[in-house]
Amino acid sequence: MKTQILSTQILNIDPSRRAFLAGAAGAAVCVIAPSARATPEAMAQAIKDFTGGKSVREGGVEVDIPVLLESGHSVPTIVRVDSPMNAQNYVRAIAVFNERNPQPNVGVFHLTPRSGRAFVSTRIRLGDSQKVVAVAQMSDGSFRSGSIDVIVTLPACVEGA
Amino acid sequence: MILRALWILPACAMLLAVAIAHAEIPAQERKSGAEFMSPQTQAMQADDASNPGMLAVLDGEAAWNEKAGAANKACADCHGAAEQSMKGVSARYPAFNAATSQPIDVAGQVNQCRAERQQAQPLRAESRELLALTTYIGLQSRGMPVAPPDDERLTPFRERGKALFNQRLGQLNFSCAHCHEDNWGRKLGSAPIPQAHANAYPIYRLEWQDVGSLQRRLRNCMSGVRAAPYSYGSLEFIELELFLAERARGMAVETPGVRP
Amino acid sequence: MARALINVPAKAKKGEIIEIKTMLSHPMETGFRPSDDGKLVPRNIIKRFVCTYDGEAVFSADLFPAISANPFLSFTLVATNSGVITFSWTDDNGQTQVQTAKIEVA
Repeated sequence: MKTQILSTQILNIDPSRRAFLAGAAGAAVCVIAPSARATPEAMAQAIKDFTGGKSVREGGVEVDIPVLLESGHSVPTIVRVDSPMNAQNYVRAIAVFNERNPQPNVGVFHLTPRSGRAFVSTRIRLGDSQKVVAVAQMSDGSFRSGSIDVIVTLPACVEGA
Repeated sequence: MILRALWILPACAMLLAVAIAHAEIPAQERKSGAEFMSPQTQAMQADDASNPGMLAVLDGEAAWNEKAGAANKACADCHGAAEQSMKGVSARYPAFNAATSQPIDVAGQVNQCRAERQQAQPLRAESRELLALTTYIGLQSRGMPVAPPDDERLTPFRERGKALFNQRLGQLNFSCAHCHEDNWGRKLGSAPIPQAHANAYPIYRLEWQDVGSLQRRLRNCMSGVRAAPYSYGSLEFIELELFLAERARGMAVETPGVRP
Repeated sequence: MARALINVPAKAKKGEIIEIKTMLSHPMETGFRPSDDGKLVPRNIIKRFVCTYDGEAVFSADLFPAISANPFLSFTLVATNSGVITFSWTDDNGQTQVQTAKIEVA
């Protein structure tokens, strides 16, 4: 087992290098729980909003999530796109969508040629077994997609069960 | 929440059919809860840059050095660097507290230090700051074997802890041993039943989306069998902790563990 | 104030692709979750993350409530120059937290 990260830096809190800037935005907004969840149709609409209605070609986008999940609370999710990631040909953005959470959007990740690889790794919430879709916007303005169907299960003896 | 665990009732009912006498787990068959997890969750625990429990460690490090109470003292003012002074402490706790003639766990010890040395208010059970300190202190024992003290004064408490572990509880009428000694490795719903070793606490539980103590996890199990959970800090929990430490003797401390 | 855990290689060769890992202590409250009293807990999420290197936003993200608590983001960068890599997280109230990491590129 690894005991320390020695070759790398873990940045501790250093107030002098940190700033918490008060923003101009107002108070927190109370969101009323929608009676409906996202649906495959809502996801299709969210994808359309992202692409501006342009066609999306399937393939070249890998959504790396284990098919069987032991918890939906924090699902390690990696997206990789086939791309040389040079100044002429790169991935501008990767958007991740789902069809059965309260909302279809998960995140939009903006890349540059300086990313080196078309890769992003994060942890997401999945409220149920469902399809997760990633859509990549390429530097030429075209769109590609990949998807995976996952099964979400629960750990034993959850709180408040 | 969308997630519900209503399947747990029929799943538990299936278990009712098995087991009369509990078979203690032989030393060579003991497995940490980490071995029952998915490779992804194992990876999350193994890499400090990915382990969300490390956020609590960073909070704990700050709290360790922060002056508190009327005495205006920090933990560090008495104990110095935790890397040295707290090494092995969590691996051997709970310990016997001569002042109260009772065993005390690390969280209780932190609060006793606050009362006596710092002259500060006790930290609430499961509060961010208390968990941060116990996680930070726990990290200093990571990789060391669980090593409960051979202190005879602890024996009657540990024996009661063992009795509690084997005591049927709740509407489902299960003891800890029914699941974790007689049926470990089998499934409850889709989830594997681990052996219930307490060698990784405080843990970051994905379901909690936060760190929590062994007592919080035990309360989950108790509500799982439809029993009224013991109170935080109660003697029953300390006795169970003593027994669980003995049961996990020699296993490596993993704090901060990650569990589903 | 939220705690951040950032993993940046201390040293890299020029042109090398390095992996960055970041995590911020934050509940990512969805706005869909009822509290013990049955009322919905107001939404409070990190909605924007930006990584700046050499004065250029090299990676950024727009996040939604489906991102887990204590948001974890990992991505790659090409090591170009020695200097400071800046990370900023902005929440629903427009509050921004900034942290930096140094990198030595040879």
